[in-house]
Amino acid sequence: MLFTLIFYFFSLLAIGSGLMVVFSRNPVHAVLWLILAFLSAAGLFVIQGAEFIAMLLIIVYVGAVAVLFLFVVMMLDVDFATLKAGMARYIPLGLLIGVVFLLILGIELSDWNSSEIAPDLRQVIQPADIQNTEALGNVIYTEYVFLFQIAGLILLVAMIGAIVLTHRKREGVKKQDVVSQMYRDSAKSVSLEDVPSGKGLS
Amino acid sequence: MFPSDLTTILPELVLASYGLAALMWAVFSNTQKTGTALVWLTSIFLVGLSLWIGLATTGTKQAFGGAFVDDGFSRFAKVVIALSSAVVLLLSRDYLDRERILKFEFPILVVFAVLGMMVMVSAHGLMVLYMGIELQSLSLYVLAAFHRNHSKSTEAGLKYFVLGALSSGLLLYGASLTYGFSGTTLMSGISEAISDGETSVGLLFGLAFLIVGLAFKVSAAPFHMWAPDVYEGAPTPVTLFLATAPKVAAMILFARLLMEAFGPVADDWQLIVGGIAFVSMFLGSIAAIGQIDIKRLMAYSSIAHMGYALMGIASGTEKGFQAMLIYMVIYTIMNLGTFAFILSMRKGGRPVSDIYSLGMYSKQAPVQAFSLLLLMFSLAGIVPLVGFFAKLYVFLAVIEVGMYWLALGGAIASVIGAYYYLRLVYFMYFGEDGESLDDNMTRTSQITLVLSGVFVIVGVANLFGIIDISQAATGMLFN
Repeated sequence: MLFTLIFYFFSLLAIGSGLMVVFSRNPVHAVLWLILAFLSAAGLFVIQGAEFIAMLLIIVYVGAVAVLFLFVVMMLDVDFATLKAGMARYIPLGLLIGVVFLLILGIELSDWNSSEIAPDLRQVIQPADIQNTEALGNVIYTEYVFLFQIAGLILLVAMIGAIVLTHRKREGVKKQDVVSQMYRDSAKSVSLEDVPSGKGLS
Repeated sequence: MFPSDLTTILPELVLASYGLAALMWAVFSNTQKTGTALVWLTSIFLVGLSLWIGLATTGTKQAFGGAFVDDGFSRFAKVVIALSSAVVLLLSRDYLDRERILKFEFPILVVFAVLGMMVMVSAHGLMVLYMGIELQSLSLYVLAAFHRNHSKSTEAGLKYFVLGALSSGLLLYGASLTYGFSGTTLMSGISEAISDGETSVGLLFGLAFLIVGLAFKVSAAPFHMWAPDVYEGAPTPVTLFLATAPKVAAMILFARLLMEAFGPVADDWQLIVGGIAFVSMFLGSIAAIGQIDIKRLMAYSSIAHMGYALMGIASGTEKGFQAMLIYMVIYTIMNLGTFAFILSMRKGGRPVSDIYSLGMYSKQAPVQAFSLLLLMFSLAGIVPLVGFFAKLYVFLAVIEVGMYWLALGGAIASVIGAYYYLRLVYFMYFGEDGESLDDNMTRTSQITLVLSGVFVIVGVANLFGIIDISQAATGMLFN
């Protein structure tokens, strides 16, 4: 009973804040509503027993993505009024695509059956007595290590790409050179000067 | 189990290590020469790798619980991919140098793209498939925008990225529906689940979405809309790269997915793939007629050629798959030759790409013009050249399974397509004698152009043994 109540609470919260993301006039508020939507989705995951995904949702989406959105919205001077004016023209098309996808999903679900041997083929069945994080840790570095490493390479390529496409060599930028700092000592940098009175040093 | 997994993926492991080492070396010794040195080093490395893969490994090995497979089919593709990428790198050096975008990241991104393609062709599960595609596509998005001070190049990169992301989304939707039906992401498991009982609507939708996602990647109509803009906007060496190795990888992946995972429902996908092939051939042939930019023209040409190659897959037979392999090899070699010429098209030191600038090229450089003529005839599929035999094999494969409409459509489309290839030849030999192109073709480009010209004639004799090799490769897929 309590779980049902909590489920409905988070579901309503997710739907409501999702609607507010679209309808709020102030883009900063929209991002804040988005964060609330993520949080309520995380709550739903916890009820499902997927606490690891819930934590990921909060760490990655709320912690990084939504804050990045917030930065973009606040730092860049995007004129949302003109953006929305352009959007009005494409709303019918967008709705059409949405309806088509919904219909496809409806057709699939109305006649859904999975193969009879599907339950046997399901590979990693989570043991009952360990937690999500541990269960994932057991397979991610053993059975799925190949995929994991490829994912790492994809992120490396993304990083190289970001640097290649945006990094500019600027003149006159002062860089810290650790080696030359370490080789500097008092003999090279401090000197005793005899200052003649009334003239100063140049 | 783990050590044998590692030996199975040894070529990929070596390539990844090379990419990481090269990146480190280049970052810490970043001088003017690093880019040039790395281009040479990488292409030599890729040639060595392809020799190793082609000669040293045999048999079929699976790794990581069957998610990764190393068989003749994938090795064939890996050799083609690595060799063509090496040639692409050698051809690009001069162009990149002149445009001042020869940064060391270029060969490194190519290495990671090649790694992604090698993973793609060896994928035996939906997750490995997706990872390979993403590694390859992400490198290509960056490469397309590589000329970052050039608005067309950045536009190309952005367009490619947005549409590529959309296609990845569709692919994943299809993959999740398939997983929902079969309970596994392994191709062998999916085919087992399908042949076990009745199929569901969900599975067919999954199949359709997977096909759509892959059709995006091979730029087959009606999912081709990114190709012309990206080909035109991207720096020419990148256009060449896009037109060769990734196409081969995606086509091999297409074939393997349909055969090994969805083999039991072949009737369902044969018609879809046949339809896509039909539309691609006609769209590519008709839309290219109005093009005056040679890179755009080559984009439509590649759409049409993907249609012919898909025909081989649509047949669903061993012979058809073999025809597809032969087609892709011949297509790759012809494209390398043609782009070796396009890369050197300059007027007054600036790159040009409109086809009118070819006017009377035959007077200026008879050997090159004649090689290009042979390549154009071969791309059009005119009788005594290898391009004709490539088409002939796919036609025979579909006729054998009774898809006459597809073969007939292909024949009509190739007649229509011959017009724009012959138009280029017309400009070269009878065009207006305007301001001529710069005479600045590098030795590498000349050799590539002439050699591929020679290939399209001499290859008729026995295709340099490609037929036997491809037969052995497809044999391993079907048995």
